Amino acid sequence: MGLGKSFTMAISSIVNNKVRSLLTMLGIIIGIAAVIILVSVMNGLTAEVEKVFSEFGTTSLTTTIQHRPNIEVTPEELYEFTDKNPGLFNGVSPNITVSGDFKTPASGDDTVTVRANGVSEDYYNIQKLQLSFGRFISYMDCENKSNVAVIGSFQALEYFGSSSAAIGKTVRLNGIPYTVIGVLEEEDDSTESSSDNAMYIPYTTAMKVTGTGVVSSYVVNAASDEVVSSAKDSLESWLLETVGDDDYYSVTSLQVIVDAMVDMMGKMEMVLIAIAGISLLVGGIGIMNIQLVSVSERTREIGIRKSLGAKHRHIMTQFVMESGVVSCIGGIIGIVLGSVSAITFGNLLKMAVSPSVDAVIIAFGVSVAIGVVFGFLPARKAARLNPIDALRNE
Amino acid sequence: MSHLVELTDVYKIYQMGDTEVRALDGISMNIDRGEFVAIVGSSGSGKSTCMNIIGCLDVPTSGSYKLNGKEISNYTSDELAEVRNKMLGFVFQQYNLIPKLTVLENVGLPLLYGGCSESEQRERAMVALQRVGLGDKAKNLPSQLSGGQQQRVSIARALAGNPSVILADEPTGALDSKTGKDVMKFLQQLHREGNTIILITHDNSIAARASRVVRVTDGRIVYDGPVEGDKLVYEQASAGRDEEGEA
Repeated sequence: MGLGKSFTMAISSIVNNKVRSLLTMLGIIIGIAAVIILVSVMNGLTAEVEKVFSEFGTTSLTTTIQHRPNIEVTPEELYEFTDKNPGLFNGVSPNITVSGDFKTPASGDDTVTVRANGVSEDYYNIQKLQLSFGRFISYMDCENKSNVAVIGSFQALEYFGSSSAAIGKTVRLNGIPYTVIGVLEEEDDSTESSSDNAMYIPYTTAMKVTGTGVVSSYVVNAASDEVVSSAKDSLESWLLETVGDDDYYSVTSLQVIVDAMVDMMGKMEMVLIAIAGISLLVGGIGIMNIQLVSVSERTREIGIRKSLGAKHRHIMTQFVMESGVVSCIGGIIGIVLGSVSAITFGNLLKMAVSPSVDAVIIAFGVSVAIGVVFGFLPARKAARLNPIDALRNE
Repeated sequence: MSHLVELTDVYKIYQMGDTEVRALDGISMNIDRGEFVAIVGSSGSGKSTCMNIIGCLDVPTSGSYKLNGKEISNYTSDELAEVRNKMLGFVFQQYNLIPKLTVLENVGLPLLYGGCSESEQRERAMVALQRVGLGDKAKNLPSQLSGGQQQRVSIARALAGNPSVILADEPTGALDSKTGKDVMKFLQQLHREGNTIILITHDNSIAARASRVVRVTDGRIVYDGPVEGDKLVYEQASAGRDEEGEA
């Protein structure tokens, strides 16, 4: 007797007991659907987190160095180091913060506080900035310590009416005049509290106006997401060599934070799946329960089959196949139900949620395994029945 | 050449609490190919136990049972299943058809467990059904058939595997006397065609259709011989005791 015959026997037995089969499947359906929904939503969330962070530039390594007498890292030294490792790095920019009162000739006494960043020409690419008009700070601006500035859309709209009108105008920060050479594209809503309130000046100019002789903060850009951690290691070992003491510098990477978050979400996902797994366990016990009932109801049938020459394995196969197929159908329904719910859920949250192929395959495998494992005991009970007693059963 | 069925000093003893019940108390008998034997006895006489052992549904507590020359009293349950499948055909009092399967599928069951291909199962089951005159009911469910027809289906099922022995356990017990007679005529016909038939019954008029009678009382054989001889035994027995009040 082949497995194909057992399969058709199992199918006809399920069709003959539709309501019971459906109730038996319910636990598996709910369990599998829950797992699919959880995995899909967690994957969607993880992707969302990664996407949000990548907008901030997950490849950038924020480096701060505390200088001591005779031990300092100049921008040139750092440039030289990163240029030697083009596979790991593709840009360095000092980052000097200058906070102060922002004014234009037209604004009179009315000032706003601005945090300006003194940066190099690389900063534009590192932070993936977008200009709406004009140009970004150039290498020559840094060399000449020019008083030029790139301003955010908040300043442009607030003081000049439009982004294009701001080009070539003069703005003042702490009284020092700067010529506007570029305006950034609106990122948020162009209000004072948003990221559109921004100002970039050459780092050399920033050093000049703040009177600092050394740059203590840099943004170093790793060549790609894949090499962030090796770039970080390389940079740290170089700094250790140059600075001599790891208390005097720090390198932080957004990618490392993202990795930690993704890792944490992965663990959370495992916990949630484990909880959903409990309903699969309950579903399996439900299958076992119904199969035991089915075996006692069909004792006579088992007796007849045995008297006609059915062996232990024939009866085993018949009942295990039955529970396996029930569980398997339940699994398929659960996968469909879970996928549809996950996608609907994703649409509600405006998030790209789709069940992964892995999750579907594993869910299917698990449902088959549950059917076989929990069907085993009732099947063995059936196969071990004594044919005489079984035949006598009414 | 050895006998087809050879029981030698067979005991079947059940332990019921403290008391020992001897369902079979030292039975020996031989049945040859082509015989039509009725094992007769009242309820509790041990005839059903006898049939279970001959039918390989049970094994003796002690003693030897050879079927077709092979000692099977120490077979495992799977080996017994194999013997039942290949050598024996059962006809039960309650027909014992599986209600969810069609008549054809029921008849094909022994072939299914015998490892025949699906097409061979259908073909041979159909031949067996036609032999009992129910070829046109192949697609019906057993519940759509009369009692007599169901019993003929179960005879077809017993024949389908082409067994060495047909074991009929009270085959007329659930039928009215007319259909019962038809079934008996059919068994007689099978006997004439050369089949070995063992009939288990409590009914002397049914047993009279066989060519040899084995009477079992209290787990022992009290008579083994031609039908005519048993009637004598029966009349003598009933003169002394009244409990066997059969027609």
